[in-house]
Amino acid sequence: MFSHLVLGLRSAGLPASITEYLTLMGAMKAGVAEYSVEDFYYLARATLVKDERHLDKFDRVFGACFKGLEMPEGVKVQDLPEEWLRKLAEKMLSPEEMAKIESMGGFDALMKRLQELLAEQKERHQGGSKWIGTAGTSPFGAYGANPEGVRIGQDKSRNRTAVKVWDKREFRDLDDTVELGTRGMKLALRRLRRFARQGAATELDLPDTILATAKNAGSLDLKMVPERHNNVKVLMLFDIGGSMDDHVKLTEELFSAVRTEFKHLEYYYFHNCPYERVWKNNRRRHEEVIPTWQVLRTYGPDYKLIIVGDGAMSPYEITMAGGSVEHWNEEAGTVWLDRLKGHYRRAAWLNPTPKQSWGHVRSIAMLNDAMEGRMFPLTVSGIDEMTKELSR
Amino acid sequence: MAAFKSTERYIASRDLEVAVNAAVTLQRPLLVKGEPGTGKTVLAHEIAEALGMPLIEWHVKSTTKAQQGLYEYDAVSRLRDGQLGDERVRDIGNYIVRGKLWDAFDADKQVLVLIDEIDKADIEFPNDLLLELDRMQFFVYETRKTVAAKFRPIVIITSNNEKELPDAFLRRCFFHYIRFPDRATMELIVQTHYPDIRKDLAREALNVFFQVREVPGLKKKPATSELLDWLKLLMVEDLPIEALRANEKHVVIPPLHGALLKNEQDVHLFERLAFLARRGG
Repeated sequence: MFSHLVLGLRSAGLPASITEYLTLMGAMKAGVAEYSVEDFYYLARATLVKDERHLDKFDRVFGACFKGLEMPEGVKVQDLPEEWLRKLAEKMLSPEEMAKIESMGGFDALMKRLQELLAEQKERHQGGSKWIGTAGTSPFGAYGANPEGVRIGQDKSRNRTAVKVWDKREFRDLDDTVELGTRGMKLALRRLRRFARQGAATELDLPDTILATAKNAGSLDLKMVPERHNNVKVLMLFDIGGSMDDHVKLTEELFSAVRTEFKHLEYYYFHNCPYERVWKNNRRRHEEVIPTWQVLRTYGPDYKLIIVGDGAMSPYEITMAGGSVEHWNEEAGTVWLDRLKGHYRRAAWLNPTPKQSWGHVRSIAMLNDAMEGRMFPLTVSGIDEMTKELSR
Repeated sequence: MAAFKSTERYIASRDLEVAVNAAVTLQRPLLVKGEPGTGKTVLAHEIAEALGMPLIEWHVKSTTKAQQGLYEYDAVSRLRDGQLGDERVRDIGNYIVRGKLWDAFDADKQVLVLIDEIDKADIEFPNDLLLELDRMQFFVYETRKTVAAKFRPIVIITSNNEKELPDAFLRRCFFHYIRFPDRATMELIVQTHYPDIRKDLAREALNVFFQVREVPGLKKKPATSELLDWLKLLMVEDLPIEALRANEKHVVIPPLHGALLKNEQDVHLFERLAFLARRGG
């Protein structure tokens, strides 16, 4: 009856299964949702979504599946400032298209079209390629697939109130749900595991107990040891945006693999070359920056540092103060690399570009030198080599 | 069937009510996630209250094993008793220590089990409980007996998202993510907890509270439970309203900030912002 919802969810990448579908049917039969669409929406969400990361995807699919029915709650689209529309149009259109629209009536025509779209839109609408709303392929609106898209809507929790969040640019956070092809990486990373006995003694140490009991002339003398835990700590820095966009899939696979493999995993993002600041959330990269000093202070030298980046940039971004393309950096990239390397004795750089091409890019050679040759290609064998190097 | 609704002490959104009622009706576990301090643990207490069931709490720690929730076989004391020639040693059942789930399965009426902070435990913990939570029964190897639930307990599981939970486990649960309440809901929550709070105090305090949450770069954003603690302090101290209203344009360190900011780095951040605000005029 609602199988198209489940199928839609699955094709959108949500791990909904038959078990969950049957549960939903069972709950419907038991009358949990009764006859309200809103309750059904909540029930379906509680049944089919198991992670808050997927909530938004679910809303999108639900909206598409039950188009025309009353919607759970409307997200109001605010009046768009004209200046922003103008900027958006500039961003959106190629020179040829600009010329075409110019001939048809100039920018005002485009503005008019955008405003028409807004006016026509009476209720929340998701999906589709025409409407301004959330999650369509149209570049107007939030959660779109268009990387250049400008968002209308809220950062993550979509409450009743409409809030405008104009992100400066949409860099999507790495999705760690990519499972395909991560097995090889996981196996390679497993080599980094380091088992150590730490904490409370909870396990019976059989050999020692036998020995102690024998020494004690047969009366029982128990010996305990703490349990073995994987004790490796990993700090990862990801280059994000710009030329890294080409390698997003590979990087996501790596991210997914490390997330499941290590208990002590910390990660931050940077752009091109690590400088005095990093960030944790790409949507808020301009507001919530974390000083690299703080990272150095927080995570001790027992962490293993893995930097992931393609290293393709202007050499000035590495060697010169103020060379960063994004901001004025007081100290050059090499200074920060040396600092990171000095603090973390076990450090390596993973590069998603093929090793053969490294020679052609000067900045890669410079980074490789700065890392003392510990740059490895982001392939299963490259990770393998890296883990050998890091666990030495 | 008794349905769960908002009570005088706990404000539940409609989606939460639906999720709880679905879990109760289908007798499947409900997994509750959300920012720390948004009332995940309190929820279990309230459901138990609303449905009139005894509550069995199982607080999970990093060293907790799934087996401990079922039963433990105390081999060490049996060995000792064996050496001392105690008669009890002949019955292995004397050395089986019951866990929380056994208690719940054995209860004479339906009970509510809270498995609190399941993500604290080892990655394998949820997997080890799959069958037990599905069938609501387990097998005791030492005594060769199966313990089955007389009445399927209602299971509420909370998680702070420190670890990913396995898919097979998730598939068996209902899921609810507690969103951070918006201003209107928050006012309602304050009302239910402190019905006799001064209106102006509550308003100003909420202003400050949401302002604090907006400050970028906070390590731990204050949540509902922090707000309630702080309001209590404000009421006890009986501060004049002006202390909260001090400077509307700029960020100020709120009075009695110890209840809101739980991290010395956050306090530093505030001091810095307040300093900049003063300097900026």
